[in-house]
Amino acid sequence: MSEVSMVVNGRKVSGAVEDRTLLVHYLREHLGLTGTHVGCDTSQCGACVVHMDGKAVKSCSILAAQASGSEIVTIEGLANGADLHPVQAAFKEHHGLQCGFCTPGMIMAATDMIRRHPEGLDEATVRAELEGNICRCTGYHNIVKAVLAASKTMAKAGKGKARKAA
Amino acid sequence: MYQTTYHRAASVSDAVKHLKKSDDAKLVSGGMTLIPAMKTRLAAPADLVDLRHIPEMRGIAVSGKTVTIGAATTHAEVATDARIAKACPALSHLASHIGDPHVRHMGTIGGSIANNDPAADYPAAMLALDAIIVTNKRETPAGKFFKGLFETALKEDEIITAVTFTVPAKSGYEKFPNPASRYAMTGVFVAKGKDGVRAAVTGAGEDGVFRSGEIEAALSKKFEPAALEGVSVPSDDLMTDIHASAEYRANLVVVMAKRAVVRANA
Ligand SMILES: Cc1cc2nc3c(=O)[nH]c(=O)nc-3n(C[C@H](O)[C@H](O)[C@H](O)COP(=O)(O)OP(=O)(O)OC[C@H]3O[C@@H](n4cnc5c(N)ncnc54)[C@H](O)[C@@H]3O)c2cc1C
Ligand code: FES
Ligand code: FES
Repeated sequence: MSEVSMVVNGRKVSGAVEDRTLLVHYLREHLGLTGTHVGCDTSQCGACVVHMDGKAVKSCSILAAQASGSEIVTIEGLANGADLHPVQAAFKEHHGLQCGFCTPGMIMAATDMIRRHPEGLDEATVRAELEGNICRCTGYHNIVKAVLAASKTMAKAGKGKARKAA
Repeated sequence: MYQTTYHRAASVSDAVKHLKKSDDAKLVSGGMTLIPAMKTRLAAPADLVDLRHIPEMRGIAVSGKTVTIGAATTHAEVATDARIAKACPALSHLASHIGDPHVRHMGTIGGSIANNDPAADYPAAMLALDAIIVTNKRETPAGKFFKGLFETALKEDEIITAVTFTVPAKSGYEKFPNPASRYAMTGVFVAKGKDGVRAAVTGAGEDGVFRSGEIEAALSKKFEPAALEGVSVPSDDLMTDIHASAEYRANLVVVMAKRAVVRANA
């Protein structure tokens, strides 16, 4: 057993886990955060994507012990109370989901992608960057639309903030 | 996954200590190969020694013509480093095409080289750049390091700490990615340095990464895609699997080499 501690969605958590416990199982079974999904056994589908120290990672391929000491954000940590995060809002607006199984991972991947491309995104980049996320329902079209729309909204909001600050 | 005991190493010597204490320990760096293998029980080490938090194993340095990359440096860090982009854009391109963004945030150059997957990207770069693989014990040129399928010159309790190479005059990498996994179905790294042209092929050889004499001879005459017109490489020692036949891969070697040269000259 290992004693792990981390900050999850802004809250300090700690506990004893078997060393073989995957981060995704720690989140789902120990912390009850079932928004993060497991969609495959091969580390390929991305349903399990969370942010660790600000970067998108596959929580099914990281031990909770490896993640100890880090800061984790899951899909549950994105919205600001009742206000959806702009990426969540864009997925809703553009029908970026059908069954919704891949959606938490898609949204965590998308927020990471937008963060890494402050210069803005184009369709080819979004499609290439979604390499690690598989969707069995949508055919990706509306997911790509949602990510592009969210990236634009967030760039505008960012500029607004910068103007206010200046 | 079978039970295992996790140890976080604070330094290289600390990691060696942990390795020596156990009969069945494995190093874990990014874990993007090892953890999936443990999940499917293909690997079941009793002890895991985590290298990800060792400061001396992380980071990139370019001094004069020498590039040094710490073994625990992630693919994403290599892909986005401005100094690498200037010194060896082919390596930035290679790193930014490994797997997907999430894998690149965790996976490391040391882990990729130690694993020596016959379809991995980095081994081709190391071989073509004539890189030196630095461990806690010695320095080995890439040509003597990669031994075969998943086999390297690494001995027990040996840890890759860094890789280093001389900035090439020109270099390019192109792979034909497997549409599902993104691993190279064939990838070619070409580098033109002061000692001539080197071309390394991954994803195709039955025995893992190798240098192609045919490609090197043609490009040594003229470092242009046209020099590869009509060149063929033998398919004898190439892989046949569900993805492609040896003959198909032999053709891909030449096609990828041409594209790599176009990139190198761009
Ligand atoms: C979905 C997916 C897609 C991928 N696509 C690609 C791809 O397109 N191209 C590609 O090249 N790779 C690909 N990979 C593999 C990825 O690049 C891995 O990150 C890499 O092969 C291993 O690096 P790691 O740091 O994750 O190593 P780990 O998984 O931590 O370790 C791998 C092996 O190396 C040993 N090891 C690790 N570090 C050291 C060290 N410093 N010294 C000695 N031994 C060490 C470990 O003991 C273990 O045996 C993919 C992986 C996944 C999950
Ligand atoms: S559950 Fe499929 S990649 Fe993590
Ligand atoms: S919406 Fe069903 S898997 Fe993507």
